[in-house]
Amino acid sequence: MHSVRIITLGSHPRDVSLDLLARGIRDILSLDSVIEPIPLDIDAALDPSRKQYHSTELLASLVELESSGEHRVLGITPYDLFIPVLTFVFGQAQLNNRAALFSTFRLHNEFYGLPHSPARLEERCLKEGLHELGHTFGLRHCMELPCVMNSSTYVEDIDLKPADFCLHCREHLRSVC
Amino acid sequence: MTAFDPSEITIMVVDDELSVRQSLEAWFQDDGYTMVTAENAAEALSRMQEQRIDIILLDIKMPGMDGLALQDRIREFNTDVIIIIITAFATVDTAVRALKAGAFDYTTKPVDPDELSLLVRNAVDRIRLQRENIALRESIDHLQYVDDIIGESAQMQKVFELVKTVAPTDSTVLILGESGTGKELIARAIHMNSTRKYFPIIPVNCGAIPESLMESELFGHEKGAFTGAQYRRKGKLEMARGGSLFLDEIGTLGLKSQVDLLRVLEDREFHRVGGERSVKADFRLICATNVNLSDAVQRGEFREDLYYRINVFTIVLPSLRERQADIPLLANHFLDKHRKAMNKNVEAISPEAMNLLKSYDWPGNVRELVNAIERAVVINKSGTITPDDLPMQMASRPKEAHGEQTLADVERRHIEVMLEENDWNISRTADKLHIDRVTLYNKIEKYGLKRP
Ligand SMILES: [Zn+2]
Ligand SMILES: [Zn+2]
Repeated sequence: MHSVRIITLGSHPRDVSLDLLARGIRDILSLDSVIEPIPLDIDAALDPSRKQYHSTELLASLVELESSGEHRVLGITPYDLFIPVLTFVFGQAQLNNRAALFSTFRLHNEFYGLPHSPARLEERCLKEGLHELGHTFGLRHCMELPCVMNSSTYVEDIDLKPADFCLHCREHLRSVC
Repeated sequence: MTAFDPSEITIMVVDDELSVRQSLEAWFQDDGYTMVTAENAAEALSRMQEQRIDIILLDIKMPGMDGLALQDRIREFNTDVIIIIITAFATVDTAVRALKAGAFDYTTKPVDPDELSLLVRNAVDRIRLQRENIALRESIDHLQYVDDIIGESAQMQKVFELVKTVAPTDSTVLILGESGTGKELIARAIHMNSTRKYFPIIPVNCGAIPESLMESELFGHEKGAFTGAQYRRKGKLEMARGGSLFLDEIGTLGLKSQVDLLRVLEDREFHRVGGERSVKADFRLICATNVNLSDAVQRGEFREDLYYRINVFTIVLPSLRERQADIPLLANHFLDKHRKAMNKNVEAISPEAMNLLKSYDWPGNVRELVNAIERAVVINKSGTITPDDLPMQMASRPKEAHGEQTLADVERRHIEVMLEENDWNISRTADKLHIDRVTLYNKIEKYGLKRP
């Protein structure tokens, strides 16, 4: 039986309690989760010219934290993430492996000049968390519209999809979880 | 889109930088594409000998043979493969050269994720058009991807015929029907049976967005366009590029937004708020409303010119009580769906319960039916849905306050009364209730309230 270690990267994201995420992981993925209290130091992954953190490097340090491979590690950071070719990424995960992470940087309404909405933020965190964890269980992007594995390149894509897996993806999860 | 298997499309990344190859490979693997990488021109050419490559993401600046020279070489023996140039050093010159030499598209590093996926989706779309030859298909034999639109009644058969007729054209469609009749499902059916189906359908609920935010919502804004706009934001019109824009409850669109929208429909282009550059409008427009737009035009609340623009092809959805014959079919369909989703053994609906379902007048239409069945599946213990599992109001729909059971019932009734007292003026009613317009609108939706 897997469980999920939720680890904050750099510092704890503001306005996010992570409770909704933990509850979602339990209710939807049927996995226990632990929120670890001490944020991981991530200075080494900062690209000073881009003022962003290299997502793939962070993923590598998360994998090291869980060398036994028994649990999933889900990293959450308030800082902006990138991979070399792209201007940013919301998150990243290892397909069929143990580490995943996402950033709350672009999940805040304020980022888009919209009114502050803690509920929206929590909901987006839940969806991003489920999505990236889905990848670690071997799920690829799903083209069923009502599915959290729908790919999101834009924050409103995240809002359009539900915080749940479609029947197809759920079937897959049942077979591996 | 279940018929489409991305693994049948092979993308090759050609770039001398390992981190670029790795990140693009991982990024597109998540979408399910088959990925190949090459660190220089020679390796790229030998990969192409070994296997079929559909799309090449090509860097220009590489040691040895550069990207443009490689593209020329490839074109000597392969005219099919789609080449997308991704380069750190963009000049107008190289862009023009690359496109003239047959590149499909051109972008600079670092690229926005949505732009990159759009580029590849466009390429995939072209490949699929070639493979499936769908460009030539002019008529539809049966509607695809319309799981939840069900009905054998004559009224619904008529609707299906209209959807089939209009879907493959690029015509603007206006869908009329009460709340909960499934207007969005019909919009999706039209989209999914059109040639735009590989691009998104973007829904906008006009009633749920405050007028002050509407402009930025539709058109997006540039960084610094107004206080608080720290970043560029893409609007719904831009997100719908290549696909369809679904404006739900268009009757609630404010007059200023009506003018803005009309201008886009006429010019086929628009500007982001605070932006100089015009953006091409490439979407099919589908609108829906539960209010009588020609009355709204009479009252001066809806522009006549916009009304004529959108009222090109109209589909009227019957209310559920107008198609009672479909109720058993629908009820069983949603029973099946929720039973599977909740993994519960609820096999049937008793004849008594079915009679209640058939005789109820369903003010909230199919949506109310779905909710009733879902609730019944949740609370049912015996395996057969009986009248006890159905909401109380179904047995005798309460007109007066004493029949209500739950807080929600009371709220619903109170809102209904307040709306009637204020002649369904949303702003005034919201004011009296001390809630905002959007909240009131959402509650009207939720309870399926409608103007008598
Ligand atoms: Zn993903
Ligand atoms: Zn799915």
